[in-house]
Amino acid sequence: MDELEKTDQTASVTENPWQALRRYTAARIAQGRTGVSLPTSALLAFQMDHASARDAVHTALQIEPLTEELHSAGYQTIQLHSRASDRTEYLQRPDLGRRLDMRSVKQLQQYRQQHPGSVQVALVIADGLSSLAVQSHAAAMAGSVLSRLADRGLSIAPLSIVSQGRVAVGDEVAELLGAELLILLVGERPGLSSPDSLGIYYTYQPSVGLTDARRNCISNVRPAGMSIEAASEKLIWLIDESVRLKCSGVGLKDQSVSSSKIHGRKNFLLP
Amino acid sequence: MTVYSSTAGQQRWQFADLKELLAKATPLRSGDCLAGLAAGSARQRVAAQMALADLPLKTFLHEQVIPPEVDEVSRLIIDSHDPVAFAPVSHLTVGDFRNWLLSDAADSASLKRLAMGLTPEMVAAVSKLMRVQDLILVASKCRNETAFRNSLGGKGVLSTRLQPNHPVDDPAGVAASILDGLMYGSGDAVIGINPASDNYTAVTDLLKMLDDIINHYGIPTQSCVLTHVTNQIEAINRGVPIDLVFQSIAGTQAANDSFGINLAMLGEANQAARELQRGSVGNNVMYFETGQGSALSANAHHGVDQQTCEVRAYAVARHFDPLLVNTVVGFIGPEYLYDGKQIIRAGLEDHFCGKLLGLPMGCDICYTNHAEADQDDMDMLLTQLAVAGINFIMGIPGGDDIMLNYQTTSFHDALYIREVLGLRPAPEFDHWLQQAGITQPGGRLADTMPATFSNLLKQL
Repeated sequence: MDELEKTDQTASVTENPWQALRRYTAARIAQGRTGVSLPTSALLAFQMDHASARDAVHTALQIEPLTEELHSAGYQTIQLHSRASDRTEYLQRPDLGRRLDMRSVKQLQQYRQQHPGSVQVALVIADGLSSLAVQSHAAAMAGSVLSRLADRGLSIAPLSIVSQGRVAVGDEVAELLGAELLILLVGERPGLSSPDSLGIYYTYQPSVGLTDARRNCISNVRPAGMSIEAASEKLIWLIDESVRLKCSGVGLKDQSVSSSKIHGRKNFLLP
Repeated sequence: MTVYSSTAGQQRWQFADLKELLAKATPLRSGDCLAGLAAGSARQRVAAQMALADLPLKTFLHEQVIPPEVDEVSRLIIDSHDPVAFAPVSHLTVGDFRNWLLSDAADSASLKRLAMGLTPEMVAAVSKLMRVQDLILVASKCRNETAFRNSLGGKGVLSTRLQPNHPVDDPAGVAASILDGLMYGSGDAVIGINPASDNYTAVTDLLKMLDDIINHYGIPTQSCVLTHVTNQIEAINRGVPIDLVFQSIAGTQAANDSFGINLAMLGEANQAARELQRGSVGNNVMYFETGQGSALSANAHHGVDQQTCEVRAYAVARHFDPLLVNTVVGFIGPEYLYDGKQIIRAGLEDHFCGKLLGLPMGCDICYTNHAEADQDDMDMLLTQLAVAGINFIMGIPGGDDIMLNYQTTSFHDALYIREVLGLRPAPEFDHWLQQAGITQPGGRLADTMPATFSNLLKQL
């Protein structure tokens, strides 16, 4: 932004005097104008951000550093793959990204045979559309919520990491693991100013083929968005309520008071 | 079940039923390929268009693409069809209907009278035969005006939804984007927030905040927080100030099921919001969003192509007499609309089809970072839609939605197209902008910030 202000000090650009409001939001406010159009430096800053986001979509998730991080926190992991063979196919065939490939199905079936006891929670990590989000925040998010669930005495299956995975792939994983509660962490589609946004989808009694109406979503988990702590608190509230009401999705309204108190700066437009 | 066919040169082409004919006649898009419905070759596509052109419009009254026994949207389409309104075109084929629409016989008045005589499938069918310029020309003859606290959709009016989204719904962050938008003349269609969460308390806090801002500055516009319809009904019941009720809708019952809604629920919401009588110049209270691909995305398309499913959603919308209908054209991603070319065509089709059915159409001219599209594509679609007479577009700081992670039109973009085509905001809002000192009498932005607003900055 400093460069932006520096390079547009020309007579044809009308500056906006409300630049101080940028402290409240990452939105592209107070960009100024030349005639009614965007000044050159703001235009080029946008183009560079778009170029970065385009590049980020096509970067592959590095599995090893992620599993190492999870192992060192004391969690077991299982590595799985969707039916989409690569990124190009993944982008054009969402149906393939929603299902596990045969090898992964067998892997989970074998695990289940070896561990026939019941399990309550499955946590699934899918790369989605931003490997950066998963790489940066998934391990910390998983640790935060799982430690709270362990305190409640819930049993937790090994963490599944699905490459080329979409949200619905978690249903199949949870079903094969025989889990009652599904927490799915996924890289959300990268925004210009937020290439690292993690999404969380929660489902009570997941099964293959259910619709979004059965899921609760917590979006935009990243340092500049919703904090891991706040997301974790909200998720725990959803889990407790879902167990009480025996449902998730539209039947389970998020009325946790904590969720509404994650912010607090006053709206300056009103007295 | 009738078999449809056409002959080109030596080759005869056959199509098993109406929905296959419609699907094969659809200009190429990735969503129909994904569903396995697209034409297998370029020649098959044009052959289907030829067979479709010879089809009597009346066929659509006898053969349904989705059986009414299993789909309440099909039942709504049949039950709401007006044979008297249909009479002037009832003898035409789809191909002749295109000719009629482009002729001088089709003017604003005759198109308005015709709207309730048309079914979504008729309109989808004719759009598949049309070029971009046809979609623009016919749409530009339609005027679908609505009102709440201002009058939208009049000739020479281009409105904007001010979309001040913030990743955690921070009141100061939302307010910063609202101020930015107002200073650029945005917000006459609605000031509408996509909340980061569906949390009831957070949503109602935002609703109260928007209501307070609109009242405090006397802005002739309406507010909306885009949460699930059931949340909004509950809020109305608890006395929270709601101007417009929002809901995403789709063109099949099964897809609407996946959104957790049905027609009865929308009817309940419409009635509850209308009874509040919060509008000053009109009482259209519904705000719907749609987009090609939503039915397929929910695995609820019944083998019907995505553009026809989309137009069926407009039958749902018009049943509730909405203030705004917004096709969110590029949000869904490249698996449905692969690139700029497909997004542009889809946006123009949606606008044309919605207008012909009588709806106050707007468009979220947008793309995501995993689509093969960029700002140049958006400029083309914006320019074409504005020439076609679109009612409203989005307005967001710098075109970058920092909550939903996609790019849509900016406040600057709206001013660009207003300047090029001589368009203005809704008259009541236009008047307010001048009274508030945001714009000069000719409509251009003022050079300095009005004191009412610049004084706020001193107290930060």
